[in-house]
Amino acid sequence: MFFLDPFFYEILISGLLAGVMYALVALGFVLIFKASGIFNFAQGVLALFAALTLVGFQTGQIPFAHLLSLFGLHATHWGAGFPTIVALLFSLGVMVLLAWLIVQIVLKPLVNQEGIILFMATIGLAYVLEGVGDLMWGANVKELNIGLPEGPSEIILDATDMFIDKLEISAAIVAIVLVVSLTLFSQYTKMGRALRAVADDHQAALSVGISLETIWWIVWSVSGLVALVAGVMWGAKSGVQFSLSLIALKALPVLMLGGFTSIPGAIVGGLIIGVGEKLFEFYIGPLIGGATENWFAYMLALLFLLFRPQGLFGEKIIERV
Amino acid sequence: MFYREAGDFKTSYQSDQATFTLRLDKILFWGLMAIATFIVPFFVTEYWEKSVFLPFFIYSIAALGLNILTGYCGQVSLGTGGFMAVGAYASFKLMTGIPNLDMFLVIMIAGLVTALVGVLFGLPSLRIKGFYLAVATLASQFFLVWLFNKWEWSYNYSPTGQINAPTRDFLGIDVTGPSTAPWATYLFCLGLLFIFAWITRNLVRGHIGRSWMAIRDMDIAAEIIGVNPLIAKLSAFAVSSFFIGVAGALYFSVWLGAAEPTEAFAIDKSFDVLFMIIIGGLGSILGSMIGAAFIILLPIFFKNVLVGYCGIPTDIAEFTQIIFIGALIIFFLIKEPHGIVAYWRTLKEKLRLWPFPY
Repeated sequence: MFFLDPFFYEILISGLLAGVMYALVALGFVLIFKASGIFNFAQGVLALFAALTLVGFQTGQIPFAHLLSLFGLHATHWGAGFPTIVALLFSLGVMVLLAWLIVQIVLKPLVNQEGIILFMATIGLAYVLEGVGDLMWGANVKELNIGLPEGPSEIILDATDMFIDKLEISAAIVAIVLVVSLTLFSQYTKMGRALRAVADDHQAALSVGISLETIWWIVWSVSGLVALVAGVMWGAKSGVQFSLSLIALKALPVLMLGGFTSIPGAIVGGLIIGVGEKLFEFYIGPLIGGATENWFAYMLALLFLLFRPQGLFGEKIIERV
Repeated sequence: MFYREAGDFKTSYQSDQATFTLRLDKILFWGLMAIATFIVPFFVTEYWEKSVFLPFFIYSIAALGLNILTGYCGQVSLGTGGFMAVGAYASFKLMTGIPNLDMFLVIMIAGLVTALVGVLFGLPSLRIKGFYLAVATLASQFFLVWLFNKWEWSYNYSPTGQINAPTRDFLGIDVTGPSTAPWATYLFCLGLLFIFAWITRNLVRGHIGRSWMAIRDMDIAAEIIGVNPLIAKLSAFAVSSFFIGVAGALYFSVWLGAAEPTEAFAIDKSFDVLFMIIIGGLGSILGSMIGAAFIILLPIFFKNVLVGYCGIPTDIAEFTQIIFIGALIIFFLIKEPHGIVAYWRTLKEKLRLWPFPY
């Protein structure tokens, strides 16, 4: 029987931990979609940009060094980098500034446009951010180390004979902290209530004096923060490089499964996808040639949607003529 | 004055519904076609053929296909790359399996195969809508590319997993393989683009096109007035996949000559084609072509200007180009959310009244 198999539990746990990582990216999407109805394609690039900025501050790189070398300035680094905590704060500052720029330049002129137009605008944004990130910090693969524990956890290895990466455990802890604090923020603070009001009904929120612009700025800043966390976790796992922005593609089936509008949905969806694709790859994968992780999540989500078109926790879609 | 309806009387429904209602439009269009058919082939070189004309024609066909589905029927699809792969592999199997088959037939059958696959992947659209559908179509993209990587029969058990186009002809003139003349492939693809644009034009102003547009504007209301959503949505998927399959077959056999699924039919192909129709104009034939030109030709133009004339290093030029294209997309969306083709319409309106403002 498969559940007597010692590998089963190892795969189960590593799937759950991978699922948390997916959920981390999906969370950024959900926040923006809830508050402004925008399907933010740039979320993955946002994570890449955040991670690049963090590494840049940490190692003391000079921004646009490559571009400056055209004008005869060949320095690439300041004397020393910032300590990790300062670099993290600075990166967060950059993300908040970026959020303000995005709202002012891209979103404000596009208020009241259809969803597809806004989606397209975020694709344009993804291009710009990708180019700016590469131009600012260089396109080479960078290592990201902020002092998180790495390697297999000895305690678990001794007790149960299972290889669980410490990094994945810390990612799970960070994700749980993030979700709990986001939930508390949106339930118990004045700002959080304003966010939920805007998500519920733009016009009603405007009529009671909530500034849409400020709310959007906050939402984009918060999802910038989520992007920073996701970028740090994924960057620590596999290095900071262009492929980091492709994690957005991993988050899409999670979103479909959990529903575009639900934070718990993003978490549960992430866990289901993480476990599902690991188990499928392990038990069925070898029979059909392997490398099924690329499409399994999508197929699972697709089958799921056939029975529940709004996802697991999504708001019920009511259509009227 | 020129460019006026004045004196141009329409006496029948046919002439009222004509594609070019103004005489000058008609003259301009056929003049352009005549130049493209009879003069350009004498001057077309290998460089212009491979990096300008063929990409433009082939992506225009793909964009027309996606525009039928997304622009006219309102179903956003991100599976274009996967469907192009189906067309390419179907054409490869046909070319190697039946050596004497005419290239035109190969392309058409490859299109039909893709249409079948498209209908299959279109089935979820009956229940899933909007962004959920867009993401669901990504399943086809990833699954199909994976399939052509793993299914050895599809690439004739070649050890590298690559497919290569053998030499095949259209009416006795070679259009695939290493020894083709630039003018032959140019004319072949131009002809196909003309045929498909003509088919699209006539589909969308007929019964089927109107039912697509009814579904796009509001599917429940369309159902109430008697449009069958099953037939309308699946026919849109079938026709769209047929076009995209043809584009994929041409892309592999005529343009590239060799292909390998993970590189040639990756997810960015799907996005590129979607960008084309949104930038060019959703629900517009001219828009599909303008969009294809924008996305295909602009990077070539930038590369030539930045690297060739300004002497900027290649990598910096590449980043600047990405930023510029992204900024242009945002700019166009802010200034004109309905695509570049809307500028063209405004221009024509202005021209009809010129020199008077009203």
